Amino acid sequence: MIRILTAALLVALAAALPARAQTSDGALEITVAGGEFKPISIALPGFFAPPGEAANLAAQVREVVIGDLVNSGLFREIPPGAHIEQIVDFDSAPRYADWQAINADALVTGFATIEADGRLSVRFRLFDIFAGGQAEGLQFIAEAGDWRRVGHKIADAVYAKLTGEGPYFDSRIAYVHESGPKGQRVKRLAIMDQDGANNRFLTDGRSLVVTPRFSPNDQTLLYISFERGEPQIFLYDVGSGRQEILGAFPGMSFAPRFSPDGRQVALSLEQGGNTDIYVMELATRRLSRLTDSPAIETAPSFSPDGRQIAFESDRGGGQQIYIMPATGGPAQRISFGQGRYGTPVWSPRGDLIAFTKTSGGQFAIGVMRTDGSEERILDSSFLSEGPTWSPNGRVLSFFRESAGANGSASLWSVDITGRNLRRLPTPGAGSDPAWSSLLP
Amino acid sequence: MRLFPTLLAAGAALLLAACSDEPPAADAGAGSGGAVSLDPSSVAYFQQTVGDRVFFETDSSRLTPVGQATLQRQASWLAENPAVNVVVEGHADERGTREYNLALGARRAEAARAFLAAQGVAANRLRTVSYGKERPEALCSAENCWSVNRRAVSVLAGAPTS
Repeated sequence: MIRILTAALLVALAAALPARAQTSDGALEITVAGGEFKPISIALPGFFAPPGEAANLAAQVREVVIGDLVNSGLFREIPPGAHIEQIVDFDSAPRYADWQAINADALVTGFATIEADGRLSVRFRLFDIFAGGQAEGLQFIAEAGDWRRVGHKIADAVYAKLTGEGPYFDSRIAYVHESGPKGQRVKRLAIMDQDGANNRFLTDGRSLVVTPRFSPNDQTLLYISFERGEPQIFLYDVGSGRQEILGAFPGMSFAPRFSPDGRQVALSLEQGGNTDIYVMELATRRLSRLTDSPAIETAPSFSPDGRQIAFESDRGGGQQIYIMPATGGPAQRISFGQGRYGTPVWSPRGDLIAFTKTSGGQFAIGVMRTDGSEERILDSSFLSEGPTWSPNGRVLSFFRESAGANGSASLWSVDITGRNLRRLPTPGAGSDPAWSSLLP
Repeated sequence: MRLFPTLLAAGAALLLAACSDEPPAADAGAGSGGAVSLDPSSVAYFQQTVGDRVFFETDSSRLTPVGQATLQRQASWLAENPAVNVVVEGHADERGTREYNLALGARRAEAARAFLAAQGVAANRLRTVSYGKERPEALCSAENCWSVNRRAVSVLAGAPTS
């Protein structure tokens, strides 16, 4: 089914914002590095709506907006009980002094209606309290069943305007749902909204599946299934539910990742016990070999410009991260810290590479610059593995697994500053998260 | 699927054997296989008396002397049972990343396969598959479990079960 989600600009209520308290790109000044961090204080009075279905949806959409903003770790909600001004008209400017008095940085008001054709329309305004003006005003129209997406779109607009970061709330996470005992895990491919809502299962658990990976520009997944005995890469279209094997390979195929344009897949093929990296053109299924050594070379990840590939290799004796041209050729090692480094994933911004590090009996999730400098560890546990980037390159999701016979896997997210470590809600145990791009 | 306590006992015996560098199956066979008489062409005999698995050091696919002796016995058994084919399963412990462990499991399976082939087992009777860290047999998070999970297991097709 085709869903329609449209956005329209609302006419501003006040004069354009003065430059005060603004960075050059229109964002509020927020300090994201260093010890001192103050979240943006935001007030969201109840959204206006005519009585009935629109009122229910208005309240639910508002909850989604608050959840997204607060869970990002960059916002704090000022509860309605603390508000001085009670907004009575969506189309009147607020009394800025009343909001300044409660130290609000920003105010969001909303108005929801059900259109004649049954669709949900939500308008919202974002006010910059200290600058004293409307910073954003948009209208979203969508199928009523997509009310959560409307909430995510509003939260994304507010977040992007106030932080200067790209949006990421209207996105999904594919992962592997786990059940059953540790020695006989049942693994099912599952997908949910970024905030854990709308969970659904894509495979039935009869075959072992691991490591889903999202296409950058549509809802296609690559994943590994053992359904034919040997692990092989499959393509799954989330929209239609259609799946197909990527290719007929003589050995195991695994560790796939899409290129940034979605036209190629970097992957590992194993033959005679040796694993190398290849690139496949999806349209023709033509395969090119990129590495050729007796070492294990796997976990390829494209740079966002498509020109380089980060990967892991044990050619130097232990598992380490290297970068090579996307067409193959000489590779340069970039990880030099204590321990082993694997699962490199290039940030969508291009500046950082996330990785899994094994050292001193612990696993850690970290980021480093693409030359290997400025390594920062963001999480460490008995087993922390498999980072995946939010569409804006600001948040990482990964999984942990606890130790012992009763150990189980769980999904987590963390801000790239290392703050705001959160466990993501999943119905049961989950591993191998893969964050989608922003939904259209 | 074997029961866990049995496995641990077998693992402990194998580890002891590994330390003294003696074939583990001789001990295991004398203790359990000796009491019940097994059909020598059966899967159970292969598992308990011949020894169906070899073990590896951390992050290694090098066959130990004990492992080579086990594979030599497997090759002899396979020579006497020419209708039986083998899938060599390569496994890793939980202390590595998922994809690396798939590759490592493939290396281990190949090390065992190549040894069997060198002992004269026809290549078309041998296949390999890697499970990486997906199918541990010993479930604790300690070296005594990890050491028995780093394994290549020869799984028979075409032999009677017992």
